[in-house]
Amino acid sequence: MSIPTPPERPRTLAEKVWDDHLVVRGEDGQPDLIYIDLHLVHEVTSPQAFDGLRAEGRPLRRVDLTIATEDHNTPTLDIDKPIADLTSRTQIDTLRRNAQEFGVRLHSLGDAEQGIVHVVGPQLGLTMPGITVVCGDSHTSTHGAFGAMAFGIGTSEVEHVMATQTLPLKPFKTMAITVEGELKEGVTAKDIILAVIAKIGTNGGQGYVLEYRGSAIRSLSMEGRMTMCNMSIEAGARAGMVAPDEITFDYVQGRPHAPTGQDWDDAVAYWRTLPSDEGAVYDAEIFIDAAELEPFVTWGTNPGQGVSLSGTVPAPEDFADANEKAAAERALEYMDLEPGTPLKEIPVDAVFMGSCTNSRIEDLRAFASVVAGRTKAEGVRVMVVPGSARVRLEAEAEGLDRVFTEFGAEWRFAGCSMCLGMNPDQLAPGERCASTSNRNFEGRQGKGGRTHLVSPLVAAATAVLGRLASPSDLPAREKVEA
Amino acid sequence: MEKFATHTGVVAPLKRSAVDTDQIIPAVYLKRVTKTGFEDALFANWRQDPDFVLNQPAFSGASVLVAGPDFGTGSSREHAVWALRDYGFRVVLAPRFADIFRGNAGKQGLLAGVISESDRAAIWAAVDAAPGATMTVDLEARTASIGDLRVPFEIDDYTRWRLLEGLDDIGLTLRNEEAIAQFEARREAWRPRTLPVA
Ligand code: SF4
Repeated sequence: MSIPTPPERPRTLAEKVWDDHLVVRGEDGQPDLIYIDLHLVHEVTSPQAFDGLRAEGRPLRRVDLTIATEDHNTPTLDIDKPIADLTSRTQIDTLRRNAQEFGVRLHSLGDAEQGIVHVVGPQLGLTMPGITVVCGDSHTSTHGAFGAMAFGIGTSEVEHVMATQTLPLKPFKTMAITVEGELKEGVTAKDIILAVIAKIGTNGGQGYVLEYRGSAIRSLSMEGRMTMCNMSIEAGARAGMVAPDEITFDYVQGRPHAPTGQDWDDAVAYWRTLPSDEGAVYDAEIFIDAAELEPFVTWGTNPGQGVSLSGTVPAPEDFADANEKAAAERALEYMDLEPGTPLKEIPVDAVFMGSCTNSRIEDLRAFASVVAGRTKAEGVRVMVVPGSARVRLEAEAEGLDRVFTEFGAEWRFAGCSMCLGMNPDQLAPGERCASTSNRNFEGRQGKGGRTHLVSPLVAAATAVLGRLASPSDLPAREKVEA
Repeated sequence: MEKFATHTGVVAPLKRSAVDTDQIIPAVYLKRVTKTGFEDALFANWRQDPDFVLNQPAFSGASVLVAGPDFGTGSSREHAVWALRDYGFRVVLAPRFADIFRGNAGKQGLLAGVISESDRAAIWAAVDAAPGATMTVDLEARTASIGDLRVPFEIDDYTRWRLLEGLDDIGLTLRNEEAIAQFEARREAWRPRTLPVA
């Protein structure tokens, strides 16, 4: 059998990673067989996959490329007590039993490496450039920030990877999203990606890997790049990617699973070859002027229904497309909003600071920088949920927990929490929330709950004023005694 | 997996676009650890409304769903396909599907066929005229017929072949065992390992 060789023409980052994972090139319209370097597992999408292996008497092929954590169902309070919700407890107990039976490394509640699967991979140094990463979770796109090919898969694919460490896949199309220029003060990665989704639509990325390029992307930290790649799926894309550079290498180096010695040198030498070649052709290209971007917020019930925070709630008539118009009508009704209302006049009941989009240490620092020395608006419930137990420890070492609790926020244990409300962290019907998460679908954060997606900075300012706001709307802080 | 050739069953119109997987099966049902028995979870929130299409007697036992564009967007949960399958659906037709949903459907023997926007409208009109009518879906010919109306649908060749043959993914892939082992033998040492190397 011959080793598949890459073509000679200039290639994009995505094509290079793909080519280097070809086990068998598909012919006659058959998919390629792609090798998977890292398989992340959590309690929600794995039980049926383990079940399937058991039923067929198949072993898990590579336990050394597999790692599991508990995140979707875990409580964020009283984590030392048994989980009250029976079904949540069953899922978690099932993962624990399966991990033991199949020999998979598992980070359980209470462990320093437990947390949201997309926070844990990068923090351990398992996520690195030029690898393929899959997980039974659509926000696996997060890991593309390292220049990895990372995408969500369904439970039967989870079983497939467990059994074969490969996936049959058709190559994705590529779309370059170039963001050039300097971001205005207070404009973050979250605002860029919300603007991208509003521009291309929740289906504009369908079938594509989005590669974020340009000076504004190069200037982002790894956390910011992860936020962007995380939400690529909300534009309908399979994955998001950013070419690796010094910022990437610095982030990876020294982490528990990062390569060392000669392996590190070999890896970096290879990683430097990954950025898209001069003259590589993308299937589609989008350009965005960074200087024009403002803090962005969603008004509707899909992540594409967003506008600048300084704007107003649109009217259904603003949309030419009949489907979009109908969707807007439905969304306005669900969100209980009147067209023409300035976004900044919308009061909220809750603020959720967390999720795999924005729960890393840098996100918590951003939130803290705004709320420090201030008091939350009366009657607003503010929850701060770190992405992992390790992030929680880091935040506490920096004293951020005190900043949050003095502000009046609840400081919780790590997990997905109110991002999807599988645990008790939910909105009540009719409650309105400014959330740093990634999905504002109907009922996502609790049945009847209303979600506005925002950046950590906007979440923080909103928590101060009790209505959607950006830090520039806040009155100057009273001098804090040193 | 059962082989799929032709299927005839009651067709239910789901008159919405962008039906996301949170609506197909709300997150609360994802807590189960079994692979079957999700029929009660399908469209659980909408089914509380007595007027919802699946609650109407004419559509009881429906096995073909015809929905608006962008069906299955949102979370990658495969439970969405299980819920449709367990409820009794064998076919979903829509003018556009989310990629992940369509992939999941093919693997579970649920046919997800792409129809044109005008054919979608014609089918809804035909069902409005005769609620409870059956539709015959011919995978070999890639056509769906209801009464005198016969429309083509698109499905990629590979998924169609798999459905026609009733082939399981893992078994197919493991026919490449030798190539997988060769690939593993030449993987670089720096690539991640989750377990401490002994
Ligand atoms: S934080 Fe939210 S989006 Fe991220 S993995 Fe958890 S549930 Fe999914």
